[in-house]
Formats: sequence, C-alpha cells, structure tokens
Amino acid sequence: MKLEELRFGTELIKRGFASMQKGGVIMDVVDAGQALIAEEAGAVAVMALERVPADIRKAGGVARMADPEKVAGIIDAVSIPVMGKVRIGHFVEAQVLESIGVDMIDESEVLTPADEQYHIDKTQFTVPFVCGCRDLGEALRRISEGAAMIRTKGEAGTGNVVEAVRHMRAVMGGIRSLQGMNTQELIDHAREIEAPADLVIECASRGRLPVVNFSAGGIATPADAAFMMHLGADGVFVGSGIFKSDSPELMAHAIVEAVNHWDDPKVIAEVSRGLGEAMKGLDVHLLRDDERLQYRGY
Amino acid sequence: MCTCSGTTKGCSTVGIKVGVLALQGDVSEHIAAFSRALSLMGCEAGYAAVVPVRRAGEIAPLDALVIPGGESTTISRLIDKNRMRRQLHLFDGGIFATCAGMVLVADEVDDPRVEPLGLVDMRVDRNAFGRQRESFEADIDVKGLKEPFHAIFIRAPLAVRTGPGVVVLAEAGGGAVAVRQGRVMALSFHPELGGDLRLHMMFLEGIEKTKHS
Repeated sequence: MKLEELRFGTELIKRGFASMQKGGVIMDVVDAGQALIAEEAGAVAVMALERVPADIRKAGGVARMADPEKVAGIIDAVSIPVMGKVRIGHFVEAQVLESIGVDMIDESEVLTPADEQYHIDKTQFTVPFVCGCRDLGEALRRISEGAAMIRTKGEAGTGNVVEAVRHMRAVMGGIRSLQGMNTQELIDHAREIEAPADLVIECASRGRLPVVNFSAGGIATPADAAFMMHLGADGVFVGSGIFKSDSPELMAHAIVEAVNHWDDPKVIAEVSRGLGEAMKGLDVHLLRDDERLQYRGY
Repeated sequence: MCTCSGTTKGCSTVGIKVGVLALQGDVSEHIAAFSRALSLMGCEAGYAAVVPVRRAGEIAPLDALVIPGGESTTISRLIDKNRMRRQLHLFDGGIFATCAGMVLVADEVDDPRVEPLGLVDMRVDRNAFGRQRESFEADIDVKGLKEPFHAIFIRAPLAVRTGPGVVVLAEAGGGAVAVRQGRVMALSFHPELGGDLRLHMMFLEGIEKTKHS
C-alpha cells in the first residue's frame, strides 16, 4: 500500500459510511453521559447537540452549532461515530466540526438557517453529510450538492410522527411513481420536481435513492420507529424522543430492538411494556407555519 | 439455471446456502455481492441461495455465514439480545467477516464495549486508522490474487497480533487487514462496496473444499 496513493473523502467512502449505519438508530445527545447511555443501548451513532429539538423550540432565539468543547467531549466518551449539526448553508460551522473530527455532519433545519439561498457545497468536504428532505425532489437536490445520506425531515421536537410519515411516504411514493416512465418522461418529471435529470433516471433504474435514507423528526416510541421501517426507512434518527421520555435508558434499548425487529409485532409489544411516559409531544396542526422547522431549506 | 447440476468440474457452488447476519449494517450490499459472485462462478439462482439471517435458528443450516460491516458495538449487543451467540459458536460452516465482522470474529479486541466471538486467533484494534475523515481507498496486494485489490477502508479495524494458525493475506498500516484461519476469512475493508468480487470467490472456493473433503 503506497501512502501517497490513499484517497480520502471519495463519494464511495462517504456513501459507504452511511451504508454502515443501516438498520440502526442514531440518537440525539447533549452531553457525554447521554452519549454513553446511547452507546450502551446499541445506538449506531450519536448526534451531538447543544439542546435537543424540543428544547430548541422552547428556548427560541437563534439555534447554532454546538460548542466544539461539548462535541469534543462526546467524541472522547464513545467509540461509535459522532455526528454534529450545522446551520443550513453555514459552511464555516461545517469546517469547524470537520476539524474536530466529527464523523458526519447534519446540515439541519433544526438549527436556524444561515443562508436562505444556498445549501453547503458538500463536495468540498472530506467528512460526509446528511441532509433533510420532505420529498423526492428535495432529496435529489441535496444529493446533487454532495449529501451522502438523506433523512426525511418530519417535524423535529414534536414527538409527533405524522410529518415523518408524510415525508417518507412522499419520497417512497415519488420513487414508485417513476416506474414505467421512459427516459423522456423522466427528464420532464425531473424538471417538475426540480431535481437533476441524471439522479431521477438513477432512482428509476435502482428503484430507490442512490444513498441511504433514514427517518427523522417526531419518532417517540418503539412502535413509531418500527412504523417508519415499514414505510421504507433504512434506519431512524431519534431526537427528543429518548432523553425527553420518562426512562431514557429503557426507551433507548427498546427503540434499538424495535428497529431490529420492525416486522415482528410480538417483539414491539414486548419492548414497549412498562416504558413509562413517552415525551409529551405537540399537535403539529397547532404550530404556525413559521414554527414548522420542515419549511426551512427548499 | 446452472446446466451442470453440480456434475461439472469447476462448478463447485451448487446448492450452497449463504446467510448474511442481518442485525445491522450493510446487509443488502453483501447479499448483492455474493449473489453476483455465485453467478460469476456459474451457479444461477435456484441452485444457490443468499439470504438474510435474523434469527438464531436460521444459522445452523447454512454453508456459509457473512458478518457484515456496521457498528461492532451495536451488532455485538444485538447478537446477545437475539440469543445468537451459542449458535454462532456452534456453527461449523465458512464465515466471511468484513470490518465490524472482523472485530467480532477476533478473540481479543482493544475495547471492552465489544464482546467478540473468539473465532480467529488475533487481537483487533477498532478504528485503528482513525475517524471517518481518515477513512480511505487504496490498492493493496492480497496473497492469492495476481493483481492488487482496490480496498475501501471505513473507520477500519486492524489485526495487530495474529496467532500461528492464522494466514495473513494482506497487510497495511502495521498490521493485518485480511486474514484466514481455516474456514473463517476476515477483512478490515469492504469488498462488498466495490465491484471486485475476487475475494468473495476465493472464499466460496474454500467453502466448497472444506465441505466436500
């Protein structure tokens, strides 16, 4: 092996990292203690944050990248990959997280957007990115900017799975609707959904997105997690749902098992017993449009 | 269909059943790679099967088991939650382990958070090359292959000690990145992510030999 011939941060390496997360649960954590609970429960990665989305909603103001000191503390505490969130478009926050060794960056609508016109040019980074989407067109726009992984947005910090379901159905249905279209029709459809034609054609031939797709935004119980796997998620992000529940340790273990056995109702029943209260949650319909994080980004 | 029905010399994989441990990780990539490798070796669907394995009872009937890439801590916990450890110890077929799988088949791991299966006499360090930003692609020389192999290392482990019964197939970074001990082949990189199936075929040829000797 010649050291000068090593290639870092290629698309294969970035997408490959995302593939290793499949069938797993990625948990939001705000300190090393929570990160250790997540790792012990079998999380495939943790998302290091200043606050979980439910608390970001409560706190108001501008939500930014977490303190690098805090992220570094979480990196030191666990052996599983550590992800971090940056504001949409804020490539300097992304450079900062990359420099301290974060394994994947989430360019996230949960934080206050920093650029209302451009998302980050993710091809310029060695570290892979995950980005949110509400439908197929948005997913493919993010992939064309270099996202190595997609997550449907849902509505973060609500503990209400309804938007996660809407977005996953939109992506999976969007892919299914490509079946039977010829190349001309696919190119025409690409214009309609504002996505690059080559990626639309690739989705049509594969019958799925070219990258791993997780579900996020509102998953609060083992049954919610299994539900999203049924709808076609490759895995789930759980934000406030674990550390805003009555017993985070039990909830973390239960959601990991529910994702592992998503098609076995007996296991879901077993792991759901005696978990205590899930996070209280919000009725999404009572949120004003400007309180809905999913409308951030395009 | 394979026309030789197992009678032609060289068509060695007829009837072989490969299972991919489907607890977490890049399971579908492994299933696709083995399916293609088997068809390249002349065995069409119907005569060989590659299936996901999610329950302990599904392990024993297999000819070969793949332990895929993923997170070794997660897979280690799920092996116990699914009560698979005993079946994995009793399994006497071939084992093809990549990345997290290599960590799991070792008998010694640098991190107490993973409880390995102890199937290969080696000590493995997790994430030995660094974090994701240090993940890389490189051409490596593998014993038994004429041309170098383009290997994809993702937060890869490294065998830092190998016992006398372990054949080191490839080295990098001061340790072994591909090893074989009897029926077990362990790789710290991901042949299932590239298009090169030579290592899959090398493994399958070995399985056939152990099963029929």
